[in-house]
Amino acid sequence: MIVGVPKEIFGGEHRVALTPESALQLAKLGHSVAIETGAGLKAGFNDQVYVSAGVDVLPDSDSLYANADVVVKVRPPEPSEARLLRRGQTLISFFWPSQNADLLERCKEQGATVLAMDMVPRISRAQKMDALSSMANIAGYRAVIEAGANFGRFFTGQVTAAGKVPPAKVLVVGAGVAGLSAIGTSVSLGAIVYAFDVRPEVAEQIESMGAKFVFLDFEQSQDGAETGGYAAPSSPEFREKQLEKFRELASDVDIVITTALIPSRPAPKLWLQDMVEMMKPGSVIVDLAAERGGNCELTVPDERIVSANGVVIIGYTDFPSRMAAQSSALYANNIRHMLTDLTPKKDGILVHDMEDDVIRGATVTHKGEITFPPPPPRVRAIAAAKPKEKQKELTREEARAVELQTFKAQTRAQVILLAAGAATMLLAGAYAPPSFMGHFIVFVLACFVGFQVIWKVSHSLHTPLMAVTNAVSGIVVLGALLQIGSSNPIVVTLAAVSVLIATVNIVGGFLVTRRMLAMFQKS
Amino acid sequence: MNIGIISAAYIAAAILFVLSLGGLSGQESAKRAVWYGITGMALAVLATSIGPGIGNHLVLLAMLIVGALIGWYVANRVQMTEMPQLVAALHSFVGLAAVFIGLNANLELQRVLTLDEQSRAALVGFAGVLAHKTAEEVSLLKIEVFVGIFIGAVTFTGSLIAFAKLAGKVDGKAKKLPGGHALNAGAAAGSLLLGWFYLQTGGNLPLIAMVVLALFIGFHLIMGIGGADMPVVVSMLNSYSGWAAAAIGFTLGNDLLIVTGALVGSSGAILSYIMCKAMNRSFINVILGGFGTVTSVAAEIEGEQQSIDADGVAAALNDANSVIFVPGYGMAVAQAQQSVSEITRRLRAKGKVVRFAIHPVAGRLPGHMNVLLAEAKVPYDIVLEMDEINGDFADTDVAIVIGSNDIVNPAAQDDPNSPIAGMPVLECWKAKQVFVSKRGQGTGYSGIENPLFYRENTRMFYGDAKKSIDALLPLLD
Repeated sequence: MIVGVPKEIFGGEHRVALTPESALQLAKLGHSVAIETGAGLKAGFNDQVYVSAGVDVLPDSDSLYANADVVVKVRPPEPSEARLLRRGQTLISFFWPSQNADLLERCKEQGATVLAMDMVPRISRAQKMDALSSMANIAGYRAVIEAGANFGRFFTGQVTAAGKVPPAKVLVVGAGVAGLSAIGTSVSLGAIVYAFDVRPEVAEQIESMGAKFVFLDFEQSQDGAETGGYAAPSSPEFREKQLEKFRELASDVDIVITTALIPSRPAPKLWLQDMVEMMKPGSVIVDLAAERGGNCELTVPDERIVSANGVVIIGYTDFPSRMAAQSSALYANNIRHMLTDLTPKKDGILVHDMEDDVIRGATVTHKGEITFPPPPPRVRAIAAAKPKEKQKELTREEARAVELQTFKAQTRAQVILLAAGAATMLLAGAYAPPSFMGHFIVFVLACFVGFQVIWKVSHSLHTPLMAVTNAVSGIVVLGALLQIGSSNPIVVTLAAVSVLIATVNIVGGFLVTRRMLAMFQKS
Repeated sequence: MNIGIISAAYIAAAILFVLSLGGLSGQESAKRAVWYGITGMALAVLATSIGPGIGNHLVLLAMLIVGALIGWYVANRVQMTEMPQLVAALHSFVGLAAVFIGLNANLELQRVLTLDEQSRAALVGFAGVLAHKTAEEVSLLKIEVFVGIFIGAVTFTGSLIAFAKLAGKVDGKAKKLPGGHALNAGAAAGSLLLGWFYLQTGGNLPLIAMVVLALFIGFHLIMGIGGADMPVVVSMLNSYSGWAAAAIGFTLGNDLLIVTGALVGSSGAILSYIMCKAMNRSFINVILGGFGTVTSVAAEIEGEQQSIDADGVAAALNDANSVIFVPGYGMAVAQAQQSVSEITRRLRAKGKVVRFAIHPVAGRLPGHMNVLLAEAKVPYDIVLEMDEINGDFADTDVAIVIGSNDIVNPAAQDDPNSPIAGMPVLECWKAKQVFVSKRGQGTGYSGIENPLFYRENTRMFYGDAKKSIDALLPLLD
């Protein structure tokens, strides 16, 4: 099949859905790849590098749409592009079907199959094609870079000859993919990072990235597993509590990065005007939710504004596009993985398996019908959070008491064992002849020595230990040796056989042990 | 040579044996220790051979030489992957020898008892020892003979079956005759009864009948134990061969035999204990065969297994700074240790930290993996045991599981209803990425689903372990 990549015509879009690298991978799946001239220019790939990766360069979008069996792009198609789609053609791009009902209708009428990259279900197997996550990751990184560019100070604290510089304090609201990425970037720049999320189970992830989790003491917390890993709207009481916490932090933090989104709803307002007013002049707010109205009350989408008290509020909505080389590379990989799943036999033939959870979830129109919204996937995105058992902290006295108790129990067990042993000995001594007792003492002591010695043997030498004890247990040869002098021919025969096999045992055991031990080499 | 000098030689031999076992606490001292053992054994055999009361020197010498040649041949020829079989086979020899020596002791006893006072006094060697026993001592001797033969016979057939299972000559699955453990119990009771008969009569017949029953017990007991429990079985038989030697020592009144038997017996017992501990099962549970007591239903696993190809694994290895391999029996089966060693060498050459995590029951013999890796020239200081390395998985980029399953099952910690709940496991899932090299989607020996394979950071690298690892080699830059 021919995979075609048109130039993005949406204003300010720099990304492209194909890189020369991913073109090579697509060729391995048996597809041939075509691109509209200049499509990759803004992402840093000129036509020449595509040609050298074996990509056909077509002069305009009309010829591209006419030739391609599969059209892959970044933004949802503009009406002018949707018109070019035809029956049997497959389109793979971001689509936002719940917000673009008209466009969906349009594509259905054109008869094209549309896979929306934003509808890929959030299950483990689909992570490699989860373009929302890969773009969010870039957005989070870029948000910190933008904040840094607008922030007049260092991130990291320094003590220089010229004086001391305090570290910047960053608050990240919403620890989704973008939030975690922002946390990671800020931490590696040296800032002190705080992070907040309504889902308590992400506290561990936040802390693993090196930030401090802003803990909200509130009973009714959310379980992210119920909503496929996304946040759900919170109750008014919870919201109040949350805002209160933010007010506490507002005067202290230098940079606020908000990433809070709830699926198919406007962004919740979490950073209100009074909080902005409490912030120090020169502070920066980066609102990653600007496209959905913003988490900050003052955010103006696509604009950088400065508040009355000198706080910079950035409401750009095109962070991934601002890093077009990186985001194109990742997006092209997501697309490539999607095509890999669509081409199971790697023979260049698309198989649209509507039984597959991932493909079914992403497909919004197919065979002249609208297939949105999809049924819920059979595999749950995230295992339900297990209720955490609270490990009771022991006080020092309690710990001591437990220690004492175990010590006493151990002593008791040992004493009982010794007493029982002594009783058995006495019993044996009372009845057995003295010659036996002499040997018995030797036996018991030898067992004791054995236990003491063997516990010290290194675990890695257990096989040599077995081989050597094997050789040593060939000592039964002594018994046979003592008997071989008998005048009874049966005894002599049996003893001779015993000598033979015991010798095999001794020699074989020792030699193989030596062989094994010689192999153990230090690096 | 007089008795005093022989005793001195025995004392020296006993001390050398203890040193030989004690030396195994470290790899370097072990290389010296094995020579102590050889010296001790040579001393003991030499002193006994030229001591008083030993006849038929020609037969003796011939047997020693032939036996030594066979032992030498076997030891040089055996593959390191075949070590479990070899150890099991050698145990069976000790068991058989113990049976023979015990029978001999009874034959001699019968002969001595028929003699009159004068000819008794003229007896030397073993017969002489027997001749000087009181009636009380004689009945004790019978008990000793009985115990020695019984343990020896169980060890003999048990080891033979263990050998056959380990060598793949018999199906490794647990099998029992109809009647199960009742048969074993019956046979044991029968043996006791025969023992009582023997004590009364001193005849050969009850003794031989008892041997037959004991042989059956050894056979049936080990047939009923599955392949993956073999570490416990082999160490148990190791222990038995020691106790058999000790019992023979009592019979013959030979302290060196008693000391050595006790050393070996306790060594095997400790090994069995360590193995059982590592499986969180009681010794009885293992010996009586398997996971029969699952009452509660283990938690269902959600999610799906995700596979990966060699390119993906190689890319992850190229990016990783630290790698931990978790080898299991599957590595031995696929003979992949050389390939693993090669990949280790290359990764280390690039300055990456590569280590191995060994679970106590990985493989079919205690310490089996260590020997295989040592043979493949993996330095022993990067091969660590469970307790040493479990804390380090969290800081590790890539964990590669090769042919192990139950020993890396997180259900042992997370799911109190799992049949292996509470078994200590290698926490490889804490690594950033886990690759599992596995032949197919089957469950492990215990038949338990492994949630590790469904984890988000786990990728399944299907295929024969050796081929999979070999495929990685050219892809590492």
